[in-house]
Amino acid sequence: MWYYAARRVLLAIPIALGVTVICFCLVYLAPGDPVQTLLPPDATQADVAYLKKVYGFDKPIPVQYAKWLGRAVTGDLGTSIQTNQPVLREVLRALSHTLVLSIGAVLVAYPLALALGTLAAFTIGRPPDRLATAISVFGVSIPNYWLGIVLIIVFAVKLGALPVAGMGPNGSDSFDITRWAQFRYVILPVVTTACVPLGIIMRTTRSAVAEVLSQEFIQTLRAKGLRRGAVLRHAVRNALPQMLAVMGLQFGYLVGGSILTETIFTWPGTGLLLSKSILTRDIPMLQGAMLVLALCFVGINLAVDLLQTAVDPRIKRA
Amino acid sequence: MSLAQAIPDVATKAPLVQVRDLHVSFVSREETVRAVNGVSFDLMPGEVLCIIGESGSGKSVTMRALMRLLPRKRAVITGELRVGAHDMIALDERRLSEIRGSVVSMVFQEPMTALDPVYTVGRQITETILRHQRCGRRTAWARALEILQLVRIPSPERRLHAYPHELSGGLRQRALIAMALSCRPSLLLADEPTTALDATVQIQVLILLRKLQKEFGMGLIFVTHDLGVAAQIADRVAVMYAGQIVEEGSARDVLMQPRHPYTIGMLSSTVTAEARGRDIEAIAGSPPDMRVLMQGCSFAPRCRFSVAACSTTTPEPVAVGDRHSARCIRLPETFDPAAR
Repeated sequence: MWYYAARRVLLAIPIALGVTVICFCLVYLAPGDPVQTLLPPDATQADVAYLKKVYGFDKPIPVQYAKWLGRAVTGDLGTSIQTNQPVLREVLRALSHTLVLSIGAVLVAYPLALALGTLAAFTIGRPPDRLATAISVFGVSIPNYWLGIVLIIVFAVKLGALPVAGMGPNGSDSFDITRWAQFRYVILPVVTTACVPLGIIMRTTRSAVAEVLSQEFIQTLRAKGLRRGAVLRHAVRNALPQMLAVMGLQFGYLVGGSILTETIFTWPGTGLLLSKSILTRDIPMLQGAMLVLALCFVGINLAVDLLQTAVDPRIKRA
Repeated sequence: MSLAQAIPDVATKAPLVQVRDLHVSFVSREETVRAVNGVSFDLMPGEVLCIIGESGSGKSVTMRALMRLLPRKRAVITGELRVGAHDMIALDERRLSEIRGSVVSMVFQEPMTALDPVYTVGRQITETILRHQRCGRRTAWARALEILQLVRIPSPERRLHAYPHELSGGLRQRALIAMALSCRPSLLLADEPTTALDATVQIQVLILLRKLQKEFGMGLIFVTHDLGVAAQIADRVAVMYAGQIVEEGSARDVLMQPRHPYTIGMLSSTVTAEARGRDIEAIAGSPPDMRVLMQGCSFAPRCRFSVAACSTTTPEPVAVGDRHSARCIRLPETFDPAAR
């Protein structure tokens, strides 16, 4: 088991390296000059050249990459062109805000999706299944920017029960979710964010559990007199590896933040950070944010892989 | 539910299993498949009944009906089903689940797929014990170990902690038998338990089953399409064709003096040592389509002895000896050795 885990971790390193190359290069494929956005339109050529030299944009791309990577491994992702703050600090801050939403969405969506999906698998073709399926189709297909706006109109504008947007009276600093005054701000964006993973995980759970239920050993379980609950436990346990894979992927997407949701709720997370950096051509910020998010994704997948082996004895551990 | 309640007093010779006019049909929107059409039989405590028949003759469905394992929505069951003191038709799902595994157990055909792949063998056996018997986890594991020793699994301590995919087919089937026997049922249903195994392993498992059946004094219903297996293990034999028992009697009577044309045909189509060099006789034609309602004897279209009356009158079981009966209107002819 430990040998297997170590091997998986080592295998993740080349993946991470590949990720850095893509993160670095992608930015240069996009049109637009980062220096231009910083300078007034009437800046001289000399000014442009000077700024390029300051940020290192005058060097060839491979050299820039090597330098960037060299600093990145020490945790220095450079300085934002727009805010002059260290990129890593800004990204981690945004990430912590997005994590509030994504973990919230996970707490809302995952248990609900697993429960509904399992229920649906046990009642295929009957009303509970129909209802659960309707919920999941709704969750997957409703555009979340639309849902966000509707939620704001209903709960914030019409009913005045919840705040419209933002992270609370103190803003993103000293955000304390345990206080109701700030917790209120989390509710609408979390609901909006939870919709898609809810639908997708419910569907996966339904089909995975239904598939297990059609297997022969389920009849053995019934033949030895197990109650429905116990049979259900067996079925879920068998479907777990498949469910874990989807749950991990969905969590990865959530950590990347949703540009639309975070824009609607002016939630200062990774999605908002990415969109801001794209619009302002803040290349160091963009590269840093993409790198951190991609590494999160790699990390989550690694965790899922290891969890799957822990859960399914059939996966070879050698 | 205590075991004493489940086993009727042997002295009174009340049958352990009583099946009367059992009908099972699978209903879907498109069609109705009549899988079992009026099966009746008795099984005494401690007796071994072999149900022989080809695929689709309704033998497995009869087994599953006995345990009420068929899907409630799709399978329509009528008739009488009694196991011990329990009326299996009247019981609700909760009471049924108490009986399954404790009074009646089943061993399935495919040891490869009949065990849950993500739980250890020990977990799956103790789970059964804990479900039906009032005992602690520790006691349950001790009993599981005992039962693995009983079914002759080598190094049982290690096998308790093994996952099904780590065992061979023969060992898995033994583990399944262990699981089925873990609560000392009074009736064991074995649905072709040796079909998926290698020939040498088949014999071992067969001998084991017979031995355990004797030791426990269990009733055993053994479904097979292998006449050799039936000859080895059965006290009584029931031959099924198209959802009906066409001939039933002691193993000796049915296998040595078959009376129904189907049994006769089946026996003469098996390979025996003496038959070397002789062509194997096959029964011409194929089994009937169970979706269409049959008139008359369902074997008539394939029968060498059939006459016009065969396809109009449905034959009732006729006694042809001591607890030996056959469903055929042409019994005098089939009995005549000259006519065979």
